[in-house]
Amino acid sequence: MLKYILKRLLMMIPVLLGVTIIIFLITRVLSPDPAPVVLGEHATMEQMATWRQDNGLSDPIWLQYVNFIGGALHGDLGKSYYSKAPVVREIGARFPATIELAICAILVASVLGVTLGRVAAVRKNKLVDHASMLFALIGVSMPIFWSGILLILLFAGILHWLPSGGRAAPMLQPSGGTGLFILDTIVQGNWRALGDVLLHLILPTVALALYSMAIITRMTRSSMVNSLNEDFVRTARAKGLSRRVVNGKHALRTAMLPVTTVIGLQLGSLLGGAILTETVFAWPGIGKYTVECVLKSDFPVIQGVVLLIAVIFVAINLIVDIIYAFLDPRIKYGSLDEG
Amino acid sequence: MARRNSRKMASVAYPDLTLDARGSVSLIDEEAMLEGRQSFWKDVWSGIFSNKAAFISLLFILILGLVALVTKVFPQVLPYDPFAQDLKNTLLGPSAAHWCGTDLQGRDIFCRILVGTQISLTVGFSAVAISLSIGVLLGAVSGYRGRRTDAVVMRVMDMMLAIPSILLAIALMAALGKGVEKAVIAIGLVSIPEYARIVRSEILSIKESDYVAAARVIGDSDSKIIFRHILPNVLPSIIVRATLGISTAVLDTAALGFLGLGVQPPLAEWGDMLGRGRDEILRAPWLMLFPGLAIMSTVLAFNLLGNGIRDGLDPKTRKR
Repeated sequence: MLKYILKRLLMMIPVLLGVTIIIFLITRVLSPDPAPVVLGEHATMEQMATWRQDNGLSDPIWLQYVNFIGGALHGDLGKSYYSKAPVVREIGARFPATIELAICAILVASVLGVTLGRVAAVRKNKLVDHASMLFALIGVSMPIFWSGILLILLFAGILHWLPSGGRAAPMLQPSGGTGLFILDTIVQGNWRALGDVLLHLILPTVALALYSMAIITRMTRSSMVNSLNEDFVRTARAKGLSRRVVNGKHALRTAMLPVTTVIGLQLGSLLGGAILTETVFAWPGIGKYTVECVLKSDFPVIQGVVLLIAVIFVAINLIVDIIYAFLDPRIKYGSLDEG
Repeated sequence: MARRNSRKMASVAYPDLTLDARGSVSLIDEEAMLEGRQSFWKDVWSGIFSNKAAFISLLFILILGLVALVTKVFPQVLPYDPFAQDLKNTLLGPSAAHWCGTDLQGRDIFCRILVGTQISLTVGFSAVAISLSIGVLLGAVSGYRGRRTDAVVMRVMDMMLAIPSILLAIALMAALGKGVEKAVIAIGLVSIPEYARIVRSEILSIKESDYVAAARVIGDSDSKIIFRHILPNVLPSIIVRATLGISTAVLDTAALGFLGLGVQPPLAEWGDMLGRGRDEILRAPWLMLFPGLAIMSTVLAFNLLGNGIRDGLDPKTRKR
């Protein structure tokens, strides 16, 4: 097992190097010169030349890349063109917000998606099944930013039940700590702030979770329908085990294998969805920040964010594969070693 | 799941095709191939016609296409100019005169939604055409040649897949600048890996089959084997994937437009309209309600159509 994990970790290196090359090509080769954007229209040619010199943009492209990789290996991703702060710090300040949102969304999506998919499979071709499949279909067809805006319109605009954006009321925002507000407020015992944080989380979580939930529902249903038809389920029923135990223990557990993969992949795609959700809900995470930086050509930040997300994505894939190997007794580490 | 089903389909759905071929060169017989292809298209159509939702979706998509064409060729059929500002009539609610209301510049939203079909469909179809052609080619070569070619191509695909496609598209749009054709390129490029992976995995199972071996024995060239014998068998899964891919492309186009990276004003694009209406959400909800509905129904239609075709091609769900 250890050998397999090590091998997979080593395989991450070329993929991540490739990701940096792709993003370098996009930002440094395809993109127009950032100097006029950063310095404004009134900058003189000289000012722009000096600025390019200072930011290493007048070096040959390969040297820029070598410098970037060299820095990245030391945990230095350069400095933002605007704030002049290290990219690592800029991302670090916003990352907890995105993580908190993504974790809440994947939890909601997995729990509700698996439950709904299970119910639909057990009651196949009944009303519940049709309703949940209709929901899943709408879930994958609704643009994430549109469902977000509709939620704001309904719950914040018309009903005034929930806040329309942001992470917490300014007065109640916890300072210091991990940046994960739920955790921080619990540690500080500030229950009023916790309530406020949770209220702020509801709408963005629902908006972000909807798509993944739809996918997980569909996957759980089809996987569960398959496993309900398996011989061992019939055997278990024949043994006299209750339907509840058979469905919950035997069928669902087998059905969870492909669902695990989908949940893992969805966690990765949530990071992409977070870009849109954060923009809609003025959520101060890296997604919204990335869009802002893309619009003003802040290359070092874009490179940093893409690299970070790629690392997370590749790591999630690895973890999913390992969990898969643990869950499925048929997969032996030996055979994985070969693959 | 779909992928797994369709792989089985290559050998199960057209048993006549593979059985005939077993051990002989007869498959390369034109007649047998023609028969296979005809039954393939018959399955596609029966999938659509036997499924009410898929059939309605197809009609809806055809109407959208017609709307896009007519508004492009005869813009005078529109009651209002979708691009001209009319500052006396800004933010009017839905009424008999303006079915979907007017926007911040006083332009009729219904007309702009109609004109918006042009961009959504153009980008949807062209982006899929790009990712389809490059992805299928890469996947086919990679799966067929194997070894080093396969390793290199698939690693590059892994790299692209490690970046969320919307993030990659955003970065590409920022680099290329706004514009319909740039959106086509950005959205087309980011979906290449999906097609490449599907085609590759199908080809890995098909290339070991007897009829490919037979073709090789009679001396067919690699490209002939790929294009004549292998790709037609991968076609079912490609068609399903491409139909669903259009819905993704329409969503991505709208997302880019929403973020302000889509088209240049005053062009009408659904996501862009939605994004611009966002600040007036409480005062004028129709600004985002109707463009959103347009996006959703289009995406839904392509999804339902794709599902219908898949069910028609899937031997497990097909009624014979």
